[in-house]
Amino acid sequence: MKKGTIAAIATAMSNSGIGIVRISGDEAFEIIEKIFFTRKKEKIKIKESHVIHYGFIMDGEDTIDEVLVMVMKGPRSYTGEDTIEINCHGGVYVVKKVLETVIKNGARPAEPGEFTKRAFLNGKMDLSQAEAVIDVIESKNEYALKSSVSQLKGSMHRKIDEMRGEILYHTAFIETALDDPEHISVDGYGQVLLDKVDDLLISLKKLIDSADNGRMLKEGIRTVIVGKPNAGKSSLMNLLVGEERAIVTDIAGTTRDILEENVQFEGVSLNIVDTAGIRKTEDVVEKIGVGKAISHANDADLVIYVVDASRKLDENDYEIMDLIGDKRAIVLVNKSDLESVVEKEEIDKRLRKPMIEISAKEETGIRELEETLKKMFFNGEISFNDEVYITNIRHKAALMDARESLRKVKESIENQMPEDFYSIDLMDAYESLGSITGETIGEDLVNEIFSKFCMGK
Amino acid sequence: MKYSANSVWENKDEYDVAVIGAGHAGCEAALASARLGMRTIMFTVSVDSIALMPCNPNIGGSSKGHLVKEVDALGGEMGKVIDRTFIQSKMLNKSKGPAVHSLRAQADKADYTREMRKVLEEQKNLDIRQAEVTEILTEDCMPLEGRELEKRKIVGVQTYSGCIYRCRAVILCTGTYLKARCIYGEISNETGPNGLQAANYLTDCLKELGIRMYRFKTGTPARIDRNSIDFEKMEEQFGDEKIVPFSFTTNPADIQKEQVSCWLTYTNEKTHEIIRKNLHRSPLFSGMIEGTGPRYCPSIEDKVVKFADKNRHQVFIEPEGLHTNEMYIGGMSSSLPEDVQYEMYRSVPGLEHAKIVRNAYAIEYDCIDARQLYPTLEFKEIGGLFSAGQFNGSSGYEEAAAQGLIAGINAALKLKGREQITIDRSEGYIGVLIDDLVTKESHEPYRMMTSRAEYRLLLRQDNADQRLTKKGYEVGLISEDRYQKLLEKEHLMEEEIQRLETTNVGTSQKVQEVLVQYGSTPLNSGTTLAELIRRPELSYEALEPIDKMRNKALSEDIVEQVNINIKYDGYIKRQKKQVEQFKKLEKKKIPDNINYDDVKSLRIEAVQKLNELRPGSIGQASRISGVSPADISVLLVYLEQYRNK
Repeated sequence: MKKGTIAAIATAMSNSGIGIVRISGDEAFEIIEKIFFTRKKEKIKIKESHVIHYGFIMDGEDTIDEVLVMVMKGPRSYTGEDTIEINCHGGVYVVKKVLETVIKNGARPAEPGEFTKRAFLNGKMDLSQAEAVIDVIESKNEYALKSSVSQLKGSMHRKIDEMRGEILYHTAFIETALDDPEHISVDGYGQVLLDKVDDLLISLKKLIDSADNGRMLKEGIRTVIVGKPNAGKSSLMNLLVGEERAIVTDIAGTTRDILEENVQFEGVSLNIVDTAGIRKTEDVVEKIGVGKAISHANDADLVIYVVDASRKLDENDYEIMDLIGDKRAIVLVNKSDLESVVEKEEIDKRLRKPMIEISAKEETGIRELEETLKKMFFNGEISFNDEVYITNIRHKAALMDARESLRKVKESIENQMPEDFYSIDLMDAYESLGSITGETIGEDLVNEIFSKFCMGK
Repeated sequence: MKYSANSVWENKDEYDVAVIGAGHAGCEAALASARLGMRTIMFTVSVDSIALMPCNPNIGGSSKGHLVKEVDALGGEMGKVIDRTFIQSKMLNKSKGPAVHSLRAQADKADYTREMRKVLEEQKNLDIRQAEVTEILTEDCMPLEGRELEKRKIVGVQTYSGCIYRCRAVILCTGTYLKARCIYGEISNETGPNGLQAANYLTDCLKELGIRMYRFKTGTPARIDRNSIDFEKMEEQFGDEKIVPFSFTTNPADIQKEQVSCWLTYTNEKTHEIIRKNLHRSPLFSGMIEGTGPRYCPSIEDKVVKFADKNRHQVFIEPEGLHTNEMYIGGMSSSLPEDVQYEMYRSVPGLEHAKIVRNAYAIEYDCIDARQLYPTLEFKEIGGLFSAGQFNGSSGYEEAAAQGLIAGINAALKLKGREQITIDRSEGYIGVLIDDLVTKESHEPYRMMTSRAEYRLLLRQDNADQRLTKKGYEVGLISEDRYQKLLEKEHLMEEEIQRLETTNVGTSQKVQEVLVQYGSTPLNSGTTLAELIRRPELSYEALEPIDKMRNKALSEDIVEQVNINIKYDGYIKRQKKQVEQFKKLEKKKIPDNINYDDVKSLRIEAVQKLNELRPGSIGQASRISGVSPADISVLLVYLEQYRNK
């Protein structure tokens, strides 16, 4: 069931002075009363309209941000409904956290164009604007749905489909038994279901975690690490990802295939691809890897060129520099812990790209890299797709709804409620998960009943 | 080719409503119409087949029991008649939640038919006429405000003999009789059920009126002579010790009586082998049957093929009545050839020497795509033409009765110039049934199921009166006396719930003793009686020793309501909230004359579907497959704009 109170980030999704999270609907005040605290850490009661409160947004014990909260009682607001605007600090990460807290406390992510739609339906807009509104809703929704589904990683899609399949099967079994009690007995099914629900809750937790670190989505800035063999690309990759993902050895040419990982920098999603070192080689397998590395570098939004400080430039470096000359790139001079012999001036002259000295081994220089990346994103050098964000927040909200429903199933089983109560929440979970993959319920349950179970008469 | 009689003459009797068909839909339609003061005539191909039960000998069952109770709550007849004619009664799913408790009664078929016929014959304003209607007479008309789709209106009907009956509304309740064909093996008879005469001409007239038709099929098992059955090899199935009536007007004390038993046996590998060996002789597999059959009541050959891993299927042996030896073989409907039927039935334990009285057969018939109807069951394009029952693509006696009642009420209301009624999905199973029929595309006979009801916790069989009797009263089918009784019951219920919610209990020894007695955790601090009732192991009845203020005169059904409302309070509140959301969209009406091609930005598929169905509300539109939530948003904005123009 769709909740009536919606929320979204109203400002552009970039690091700016302030960011605004807007909440609209019947429960807007109730929600803000739950998460907003004064300087003395006291809750407030919203009474007056068109006032501004100063305080903090808290998620349980955690303080999310210091904010100003604007109160607008309907109909004196943009949408005509009770509206809250939270002015928070403009960091993308902060704004996103505030929005998540709002959603956790009862709002749902707004559909594209939904504030405007509500404004119109509540008579806050004149007729001439209506058609424009319709266009916005339709085009944005089509786009959002398409991108929502297409951004979902294949493996995530499969996982969600699998979970839905299980939920549907168990619901159908219960329902068949209820519809045809003389043929099928559902007595004692609670125990079977309890185990299943526990499994599902574990899977859901994993999915929610992966939504948290953005791994549910394919999208992100395509970032490719290139460099000649053994320049330290894989070490860098591991450092950025924060886990041993690539095999690091002293042997040149260890990485033969392409490794891909998603990394969050201040909430910005980077898809980092580690590639085989680029060199002339006779090894057939390695050759394929090199070919792939070149083609990845060609498609990349951003190239990170790793140079080995301890070795002089060679023909492989020159080839790489030719390759990335007209691309957006950062040069990382790795192994700054060793004696530097590489011709830095030569690189600068040829590429004219930002250059940072790092040591993947000693883990130095990473902060500078982050700073440089951030500057590139937020100064608009690299376009940032805020659709990814929204999608992720929606997915997460849907996963949390599904989890909530399954917890209710568990509760019902533990409280020894009769079996027919389970299916109510099971189907809610089914619906929530379906909203991620863009599927609606329709006749699913009835079809499952007929196809999997033999009814009598 | 459309039938045309040799000579035509006009009957001078005056009628308002003509009901075509006297099955379970026709009976309810005719009674409702006549009771609401309409001069009503009911046509049937055979007066002896009024309220016939051509298939299973029972009424009710999961979700169907709900329908019967709702029909009764609105002022229909089915519940009262079965209360007088049942021979065994059982509340199904009693160990489950109250939402899925479902009453089912075995009927004495002959008694049921006779009783219903008596009611019809005694009904003022109602004439019964044995005749086959071959034509619906209509006239062009100018559409009225709000009825822009209407192109024609009803002026009468004409029978096979050429006789014209003038009337202003027609209710089609032709069941499985239109171009009916009964089939088993290579044998095919052009008859309705039980060898009754089929109605072969009406379809062509309906098609000429532009009505889209489907061809569906269903089936029934053999009837076997009781004397040839060895019951020793079967499990006996008894009725409930305490019998609960269907009708809210029946006094439970009046219907406690001796019941007959049903019997349970099973098919086995040998049965399945016989079936598999002869599959090629089945008219279904050979392609002789074109109609679409229902998935929920498959023939035994369907079950054997589809669920090949099951090595046995249940077979219920049910009496057809007290004054007949025929037994219904539930679970083994079939259209296999006669010789295979003998072999197959006789492979079942207890049926080794079975003598078949009537063969199992499949039946094919014409019905309509019900999406041509408003939720009032009136055709959108033909004013005054209503339809109900199996003709609308449903199956089952109860589904038919429910639609018949609504069609009968609405035909009468229309002619009286009053607003017609609809039941929505949050008010009753009748609402779910009709909404599904008129909204969703279906390719098989539709059967009611509890899983189809989104708000089933609110749509219980025990509270059908609270949900619908007020509507029945407003329509005029429920007496003042009955309505007042309901109000009194509701008042007592609410008062008692209020009292329990506010009555505190302490941690006295008496209280703890009662808790321990029921295996419930003792209290640490005081609480309310209602809180205690919410514990799964406790109930209203259990708390009697510690509830001194209790009014012991409260009737059993009030106590039941109090128990349910307190115990499931949390769930009930949740569903009520969902209903609020649902109602918001139902209330947003879409005008008949909206042109979806004008709505910019609707997807092409949505435009097609919306044009085809012409939904009456945004809610109904949202349930059409192929109409997305984004389309609904677009539509909402468009409607607002349209309204302001």
